[in-house]
Amino acid sequence: MASEPDPATESDIEEAFADEPALVSYVAVGDPDAESTKEYVRALVRGGADVVELGLPFSEPIAEGPTIQQAIRRALDAGMTPDRYFDLVADLSGDVDVPLVCMTYYNLIYQYGESEAGPEPFVEAAAEAGISGLIVPDLPVDESGPLKEACEAHGLDLVFIVAPTTTDDRLDRMLDRATGFVYVQGRLGTTGTRTDVSSETHVSLDRLADTKLPKAVGFGISEREHAREIVAGGADGVVVGSAFVDIIAEQSSAGSQTQSDDVAEQKNVADRLEAKARELKEGALAGWNEVPEPEGK
Amino acid sequence: MSSESDGKFGDYGGQFVPEALMPAIEELTDAYERYVLDNEDGFVDEFRQRLGDFGGRPTPLQRADRLSERYDRDVYLKREDLLHGGAHKLNNALGQVLLAKYMGKDRIVAETGAGQHGTATAMAAAHLGMPCEIYMGRTDINRQRPNVFRMRIHDAEVNPVDVGSGTLKEAINATMRDWATNVEDTHYVIGSVVGPHPFPRMVRDFQSIISEEAREQIREQAGRLPDSVVACAGGGSNTMGAFHEFVGDEDVGLVAVEAGGSSLTIDEEEGLAPHSASLSVGEEGVLHGARTKLLQNPDGQILESHSVSAGLDYSGVGPELAHLADEGRVRPVNVDDDAALDAFHRLSTLEGIIPALESSHALGYLEENPEQLGDLVVVNVSGRGDKDLDTVIEESDRRDLDAAPSMEVFEGGE
Ligand SMILES: Cc1ncc(COP(=O)(O)O)c(C=O)c1O
Repeated sequence: MASEPDPATESDIEEAFADEPALVSYVAVGDPDAESTKEYVRALVRGGADVVELGLPFSEPIAEGPTIQQAIRRALDAGMTPDRYFDLVADLSGDVDVPLVCMTYYNLIYQYGESEAGPEPFVEAAAEAGISGLIVPDLPVDESGPLKEACEAHGLDLVFIVAPTTTDDRLDRMLDRATGFVYVQGRLGTTGTRTDVSSETHVSLDRLADTKLPKAVGFGISEREHAREIVAGGADGVVVGSAFVDIIAEQSSAGSQTQSDDVAEQKNVADRLEAKARELKEGALAGWNEVPEPEGK
Repeated sequence: MSSESDGKFGDYGGQFVPEALMPAIEELTDAYERYVLDNEDGFVDEFRQRLGDFGGRPTPLQRADRLSERYDRDVYLKREDLLHGGAHKLNNALGQVLLAKYMGKDRIVAETGAGQHGTATAMAAAHLGMPCEIYMGRTDINRQRPNVFRMRIHDAEVNPVDVGSGTLKEAINATMRDWATNVEDTHYVIGSVVGPHPFPRMVRDFQSIISEEAREQIREQAGRLPDSVVACAGGGSNTMGAFHEFVGDEDVGLVAVEAGGSSLTIDEEEGLAPHSASLSVGEEGVLHGARTKLLQNPDGQILESHSVSAGLDYSGVGPELAHLADEGRVRPVNVDDDAALDAFHRLSTLEGIIPALESSHALGYLEENPEQLGDLVVVNVSGRGDKDLDTVIEESDRRDLDAAPSMEVFEGGE
């Protein structure tokens, strides 16, 4: 996060995809508590995460499957709020060297700050804390005008999600506004791990073949083999959330007895997250090596 | 006035949903404009015909003689409780299931709170031969058992939702997720004037048959327009249905009665509002696809609402109602659990009509503030109360209500 934002060059998010396929990893911030989140993000970065999506928990996460819904519930129950979130991001952005992306729902963005409701105070606070971009699953391009304006004013990328159902006309409108990367929703439905790569993923990647922005596929990716297949199919990266959240969830449900247990358990989870990130990153790199042109494009 | 064509009512409304759903919403908007607004392929004619033959419309507007005497003014009841299924919900459910058929969809999903919308949807789906799945919060399943049986009897799947407080808000979340997964062949029959455009307008249009009839009927029976129309408001579909044709009649007062629950306070620690008065005390925000008035904490987290009546137990409200309230055209008021229970018993004993607990809120306002309503009042009885008998007996007992009949007849025995 050291480099000054320069609007003339590409964003640090785009840069994260520049040399090799990127692993974009998601965690719900505050699950199971703030300190653990910091530990886990560091572990993901050690394992090879190139971008970290930090979920700011909202009480009505309509785009999420059960795994992330429960993570959000745990984080809210443990007291996560937008202000605490920004404090945590500010801490983290000092010690990890990858772009941090905020994923949340529009009402939290809209309500933030004392002034008249509107997205600007949130975007300003996010930029100050060290957030590089936003993903807002319940904000389609049609309603994104005010947020896009605020993002431009504060040098943040606004990432849009392209769904299997997205029409050509909608795709054009999104690509007009999108910066950072294009989030390709790999299948219909909600987030959550799946056992295969959907054929819809390949269709979407083919439609986006000429798009200049990097393309990362998410929804359902949990294994090395998925990452390999998707990158070999033309993606510039993969987005993985539920597979990491599952590891964190096992800890929360184990319910430790003492504080030293807690520390040991946190370390154990961090190690597993790091290993999972490494596995997925290696998969992405293997897929990359199968792409005919060595430059990737 | 608001321009409706962009899906906004003043600043309210809009389309805040995941991208995956947007193409379906565009498709629905197109179908709404063609079939519902332009009567393409005779859609509206068929809808009206079925509302009569299957639904039993028109419903009566009945003068309530003993209430009129009690309050010393003319009180008329719009009897939506007599619509097939026992609530106004069928107007919308039948319209949307029929529309889904015209659109070539082959599966229906819906959320339900009180179970009335779920039941109406299950009925309409059975009537029109469409498979149907209903999402319902666990708390609501337990307090509205008769409706769960009815949905199952109509062969609808009932999917329990165990998250959060297990009420309407969670059921809507779950139905949105189903729709996002199966959007290509499925239509989401939303149960009130909420959600992304075009739902708030479309549901209002299907429900406005209530005020279309009532406006004619009151002119015929009383020789003039009413001084006020009173309706309960959860999401606000019976409300907008009862108000719509009167909105242009400036001298007709429109009173939306929300659930005051046990108190109008907010417990931020617990994330709970023990009421559902989003029009009266809510703040602007974005929920379930629309910008509207919501019960939320200062961060924007949505609060759990409460009402003794499951159908009013919702943290949001339709965007058009929020707009009309801001404009001063609709007056939001509220009635608490106790007064609604009292009103339930009063209508049952004085008029021989068992109202739904939802509708009892509108009747409770009449009891508390009759002088606010003028000489000629129409109250929308949005549904019948058979579904609420268990709740009413239990809650009345707990409160030792004078108005409640004794149920001693069950005790002792053989
Ligand atoms: C009889 C009855 N009235 C009113 C309502 C509240 O819904 P709305 O505010 O959309 O009319 C319900 C909801 O289930 C209901 O069953």
